[in-house]
Amino acid sequence: MPAITFIHPDGNSDRIETSGGESAMQAATRHGLDGVLAECGGNTMCATCHVYVDEAWLARLPAMADDEDALLDGTAAARLPNSRLSCQINITPELDGLVLRLPERQV
Amino acid sequence: MSAPGSALSGVPHLDVDPFDMMFFADPYPTHELLREAGPVVYLDKWKVYGVARYAEVHAVLNDPATFCSGRGVGLSDFKKETPWRPPSLILEADPPAHTRTRAVLSKVLSPTVMKQVRDRFAAAAEERVDALLDKRSFDAITDLAEAYPLSIFPDALGLKPEGREHLIPYASVVFNAFGPPNQLRQEAIERSMPHQAYVAEQCQRENLAPGGFGACIHAQADEGAITATEAPLLVRSLLSAGLDTTVNGISAAVYCLARFPDQWQRLRNDISLARGAFEEAVRFESPVQTFFRTTTREVELSGARIGEGEKVLMFLAAANRDPRRWDKPDSYDITRRTSGHVGFGSGIHMCVGQLVARLEGEVMLTALARRIAKIEIAGEPKRRFNNTLRGLDSLPVTITPA
Ligand code: HEM
Ligand code: FES
Repeated sequence: MPAITFIHPDGNSDRIETSGGESAMQAATRHGLDGVLAECGGNTMCATCHVYVDEAWLARLPAMADDEDALLDGTAAARLPNSRLSCQINITPELDGLVLRLPERQV
Repeated sequence: MSAPGSALSGVPHLDVDPFDMMFFADPYPTHELLREAGPVVYLDKWKVYGVARYAEVHAVLNDPATFCSGRGVGLSDFKKETPWRPPSLILEADPPAHTRTRAVLSKVLSPTVMKQVRDRFAAAAEERVDALLDKRSFDAITDLAEAYPLSIFPDALGLKPEGREHLIPYASVVFNAFGPPNQLRQEAIERSMPHQAYVAEQCQRENLAPGGFGACIHAQADEGAITATEAPLLVRSLLSAGLDTTVNGISAAVYCLARFPDQWQRLRNDISLARGAFEEAVRFESPVQTFFRTTTREVELSGARIGEGEKVLMFLAAANRDPRRWDKPDSYDITRRTSGHVGFGSGIHMCVGQLVARLEGEVMLTALARRIAKIEIAGEPKRRFNNTLRGLDSLPVTITPA
């Protein structure tokens, strides 16, 4: 199963094994990772699963849909060009090794 | 041919009425019975299927093509009965119609909009606490859980000052009307005319102040996202679902924090837990207890065969305490990871006002925890009975300033 890495604002990181077809958000909450709140449970409503995608990976993610784009304008931490919602990133085998940075705050 | 839910399909029949006063007084033993009887049950009293486990509730919520909302999310099947009011364009609609109206309300109640109203909502919460500190002893329902949302939400919508006393009674009719034709529902509808007239009037463009949520909905009609006749009905959705729900949400949180002083202490020690404390109260009490769906085809759900055109009752509250999904489901823990609870629903109909609810809950609990050392229950809490909403009618409390 593909594994992904979350880097916390303090520089510490967590490498997490994902399980078949789950989103980066689901993997993070299933492992009890601090820093991904996901208040809406992945329904693209809350923008509390915000992550910054490592530059090396950015172009390899599928493009975002309009609703994700609109929600990202409302994130608690600054929106950057590499901002995404982790509930909208489905982990496929090609994303094995993906690196995501967590923002300072989600609300 | 077999009767719905007959022994053939292996669905257990239960003789319980989840809309009965005895049930409302203490729903938890029945929730357990419903969960443990099987993944899908049949309730003979109202001739409906029921799901009370987390997995099945979540599955039904997330398969709107099979379990539709367009035939009503109450017991009444709009295909067979005339709805008591014109159906909601969002709650009681299916894709593709739902997709369009939903996009409009999502935009009007987006995280970006919440950032704009946040300071105002927080200031009103501080003012509420000022008033409560003057009183020391008060009713946490009228003076807090109702007074706070009433001080901000109607203004945020852009409603005129006159007639706002209709808002909570109107919502109470709406949520009673999702239930079966019991006394609660019948009496509510019989008395609903003045409230309905008020609400219909306030939804019109000329009655909504510029800049409010209501005016923003009408502005979407100018953009062509909805028609001018749809706009008032979408405003109605906020009038129906936006106030009484948060009253019960805030009641739930205050009732939990008053009952569980250790959790109140944790909150006082770390005020950043306020938002989580509110969310956990929504899981723990589930202010919106149930909703129905109607099957659009024959379907198999966890081994049970359900025919077309059947009503399925989803016990959101029971799912939120299913031990299959939650650790120590019956304890209120403000640090719990609540993501995935179904107190706001799940899937395409998941509460479009959830950010408003969370904002109100967070700023209110923050203001309380910052300035109050203790909340003690000072009298017998009284329950308010409604076919869909769970909450209190009164909760006498005494507070000690910090
Ligand atoms: C604690 C407070 C609240 C709770 C527990 C709650 C609960 C729910 C639930 C369970 C649903 C799903 C209905 C379904 O699946 O059929 C829902 C939908 C909805 N809620 Fe809320 N709600 C709350 C606050 C609000 C607020 C503040 C608003 C408006 C500002 C609102 C407006 C709506 C609307 C319009 C829908 C229909 C969405 C759709 O069908 O797409 N709610 N709510
Ligand atoms: S979990 Fe809410 S937007 Fe991703």
